[in-house]
Amino acid sequence: MTSHAPHEQVTITVDGRSLRVDAGISVAAALMNAGVRAFRRSVTNTERGPLCGMGICYECRVTIAGIPHRRACLVTVSDGLDIATAAASAL
Amino acid sequence: MTRSLKPDAIVIGAGIVGAACARSLAADGLQVLVLEAGFAGGGTTAAGMGHLVVMDDSPAQLALTALSCDLWRDLATTLPASVEFDACGTIWVAEDATQMDAVVEKQRVYREHGIASEILSATQLAALEPNLRTGLVGGLLVPGDAVVYPPRAAVALLEGALANGATLRETCRVDEIRDHAVRCGTEVIEANVIVNAAGAEAARLTPALPIVPRKGHLAITDRYPGFCRHQLVELGYLTSAHVMSSESVAFNVQPRSTSQVLIGSSRELVGWDSSTNRLMLRQMLDRAVHFMPSLADLSIVRTWTGFRPATSDKLPLIGPWTSSAGLWIAAGHEGLGITSAVGTAKLLADLIAGRVPPIDASPYSPMRLANSVVGVS
Repeated sequence: MTSHAPHEQVTITVDGRSLRVDAGISVAAALMNAGVRAFRRSVTNTERGPLCGMGICYECRVTIAGIPHRRACLVTVSDGLDIATAAASAL
Repeated sequence: MTRSLKPDAIVIGAGIVGAACARSLAADGLQVLVLEAGFAGGGTTAAGMGHLVVMDDSPAQLALTALSCDLWRDLATTLPASVEFDACGTIWVAEDATQMDAVVEKQRVYREHGIASEILSATQLAALEPNLRTGLVGGLLVPGDAVVYPPRAAVALLEGALANGATLRETCRVDEIRDHAVRCGTEVIEANVIVNAAGAEAARLTPALPIVPRKGHLAITDRYPGFCRHQLVELGYLTSAHVMSSESVAFNVQPRSTSQVLIGSSRELVGWDSSTNRLMLRQMLDRAVHFMPSLADLSIVRTWTGFRPATSDKLPLIGPWTSSAGLWIAAGHEGLGITSAVGTAKLLADLIAGRVPPIDASPYSPMRLANSVVGVS
């Protein structure tokens, strides 16, 4: 990420917990870096996580700022962003 | 030419209507053979919304849908979970004072027929369905209505037939109906009773049947738990369904057991063109968003089309047909095939057995529309 200095960080909320992450990265990367593997649940309640990382497979969907089914790999982290994963959501 | 062992009855079509008829005939002790051109529940049945609703476009429509909803409720506890029977009820939504008058009249008619309903004020409506737009004047809640997942419902009914000794043959297309027989390719199968339950394709086999395909579009969203809790229909739906001559859309959404929202509806007479009509789809979704603005924020995962088997007077064809010996019709249910399947099967089985049906069957007699031209009403 050439547009951001390595030390630049933002604070996001993941399932109610505050998390400092590098600015400029995707929500999917932030979650993976934080050890989250279960991004969402399938219709049969199995845990699902990112596969393609480029917006095609829809496996990495999470609830972002209250909007369900957003693709974590396509949203860049920003200060105050609230994210709910499978740990905190029925989806 | 081969000749097969002779069943008592052949049911052509394993859509929900054929499945229900096979089940009722098998329960009467008949040896039933079901012939399906594709796979069970895979035609119009799979394309439909799956509502079990009382509809009052005409007294005869009300009688058949009310009987059918009663029969479905009796069946509900025996259905496997895969049928997704959900007694969510229907709310008919009123946009203005004139439609609210229609709500009051609708409740009067329903009460006359012993069907429970409850008039909702604007406040009550908003409390039950917060995602409906503001400014609606009220509605009518029909708590006895329900939804099912149609292809699995058809399979469940078929399994009821198979348990009583019926046989199902899929990918077996009937090419011709003869006196007490059908022909599939070079194979002729004889039976005393032949039931044409081929839905929108019934007229292919019985060309004089006044049934035409009436195309519809549907869209289904991703999962949004709690987005809506009842089937929602605009009061103008019956008008949209009633007028045969023009294209129309009407607001109709359903909550599915997966937390998805199923969005309808559109109607067109364009033959068998199954392609997506983007303009119709746009109008249908705009209509839905007009009633539920936040629908616009939901993600649609799939859209599709299907063909309702439509008749000119909005009633199905149930009963004997004289073009060949032993032929009975159970087809032409348009958008009410899922609802009416079990009532249709009850009437057909009673007529075939010589019993008196629970409701007057004459309004559904196929012969009423002999020589009529569909599409001009």
